[in-house]
Amino acid sequence: MSQTVLQARDLTRHYEVSQGFMKPKAVVKALNGVSFELQAGKTLAVVGESGCGKSTLARQLTLIEAPTAGSLVLDGVDIASADKAALKALRSKVQMVFQNPYASLNPRQKVGDQLGEPLLINTKLTAQQREDKVKAMMKRVGLRPEHYYRYPHMFSGGQRQRIAIARAMMLQPQIVIADEPTSALDVSIQAQVLNLFMDLQEEFNTAYVFISHNLAVVEHVADDLMVMYLGRAVEVGSKEVIYAKPLHPYTQALLSATPSIYPEDRSIKIKIHGELPSPLNPPSGCAFHKRCPYATDLCGKEVPQLRSLEGREVACHHAETINA
Amino acid sequence: MSLLQIKNLSVEFGSEKNPFRAVEGLDLSVDQGEIVGIVGESGSGKSVTMMAMMGLLEGQGRIVADELTFDGKNLLTISARERRKIVGKDIAMIFQDPMTSLNPSYTVGYQIMEVLKVHQGLRGAELKARALELMELVEIPAAKTRLEAYPHQLSGGMSQRVMIAVALACNPKLLIADEPTTALDVTIQAQIMDLLVNLQKERNMALLMITHDLAVIAEVAHRVAVMYAGQVAEEGTVPQLFRHPVHPYTQALLSSIPEHSKGARRLVTLPGIVPGQYDRPSGCLLSPRCPYVQERCRNERPGITAHEHGAVRCFYPLFEKKEAP
Repeated sequence: MSQTVLQARDLTRHYEVSQGFMKPKAVVKALNGVSFELQAGKTLAVVGESGCGKSTLARQLTLIEAPTAGSLVLDGVDIASADKAALKALRSKVQMVFQNPYASLNPRQKVGDQLGEPLLINTKLTAQQREDKVKAMMKRVGLRPEHYYRYPHMFSGGQRQRIAIARAMMLQPQIVIADEPTSALDVSIQAQVLNLFMDLQEEFNTAYVFISHNLAVVEHVADDLMVMYLGRAVEVGSKEVIYAKPLHPYTQALLSATPSIYPEDRSIKIKIHGELPSPLNPPSGCAFHKRCPYATDLCGKEVPQLRSLEGREVACHHAETINA
Repeated sequence: MSLLQIKNLSVEFGSEKNPFRAVEGLDLSVDQGEIVGIVGESGSGKSVTMMAMMGLLEGQGRIVADELTFDGKNLLTISARERRKIVGKDIAMIFQDPMTSLNPSYTVGYQIMEVLKVHQGLRGAELKARALELMELVEIPAAKTRLEAYPHQLSGGMSQRVMIAVALACNPKLLIADEPTTALDVTIQAQIMDLLVNLQKERNMALLMITHDLAVIAEVAHRVAVMYAGQVAEEGTVPQLFRHPVHPYTQALLSSIPEHSKGARRLVTLPGIVPGQYDRPSGCLLSPRCPYVQERCRNERPGITAHEHGAVRCFYPLFEKKEAP
């Protein structure tokens, strides 16, 4: 029986943007009512193109920003009602691995110090205990003990991402948010880092929110999948179900646009035209209708809600008819 | 005769005494109407090869080659003036990051027209009409108003389309695309690849694609060269090389892709990293990482040898299917 570590209900985040002097502020609906649950030891992959709200979601989950509306329950504590001390305790339970390991490590701090910092802030361990813990974690992620005294510029991209992962894992968090953790790495290094992620999950029973645009990687790591488009989830369900038969036209387009090595893995290309609309000025109705090959008048008028269909949830007015 | 012929190309950086060879003994030929892919990880010398060819390494690298010809002209001995007539006209290039390769201070229309002015001497209304035609060719919506747009007003996909328009302005015989879709989203990547391949077919142009994404190459290219640490490890036709890789590196690279290990919990990995400037092994460059390494591989560098379906740089190529020990 797995334990729910994170629950998001209608998570919403709007940003106000200045349009210029004396002009009214515009509202960007970066995240528009997203709900999901995360179990311990499981991986939820969040997929979508740039601008779909993936990274905004990560900022809410890591408590970097407070959501505009909606509720977020982390480890049984509702963050809306939590006080400062409770929030501080929660922050150590959610850690993050960023996309670019060249930018996410402090270039002026030794690796050992960077890894020891979470312990220094959040625990009462002595310097010696911290060093031991850091060295043990470094060994665990495949770094050598002498790397403790080195600076980030002395490492390759793959090694830096290992350092970033070790830093996220130092406090043995319940949830790790990984925002495109392998997209800056080469293929053979990507495989090493993904294996490390999987091993650590098995060992510590960590829940991952794995944000990515690479569907081949997602297929490998995910248990559950959430496909996002312009701040909304358009299809949510288990990986097997969605990869076997995607129902939302956007999911179908994403999957068919992903190139594959072997011809037998290639599906018929569904071409979608145009680009993601600006979130400042989203289309009426279904956000996808201007690019959707199946759009009807209804799609331009009414926003489709997520509903259960064939073992997953999908937000499309015509999910039945187009997949018949 | 091939449109582009490279034989035994080496590019060195650093001092004469202690040089760093970024590219070593590279052979490559591209025919008219052909799509050739170069794949490799970062630091494998893909981009340096192209820059050497385009003459962009002047004063930085030392270029040595037995042959480096394009369309019958020797690019090694050509004068700078002559080179300027070829580069941007007969050989055009598009770069990885469209957002930084366009000049932010000029409108996109101006940047397209600049090429036409310099190479084709167009002026006035004719110039403008041709620029508009190019914008429409690369399927930019509302092309007429977009001519006046500055690069920051365009999305990544649109900027890459503008780059393609600039590159195609003079009907090049060879288009070099250095990671043309790496910075783009998958659906936009699919659109740009479609556009590139259609234009290539339409104009019977040669297309040289440099990328680290094996899947993109597998979908569009006819032939592919796999590079490792500055050398071509293996070369062959696309279905053959991806189906039956014979170099241990190609095999490892292909099996480390998630697509290969569907259903498995762990991915197959090649341990270690590409050797850098100071830790190049004396034998075969892959020898410290190769699962099939033999004594001979550690001491001697293998040359590239042709076989039935291509060429491979390995003493013990994997013609029969072997399981990694």
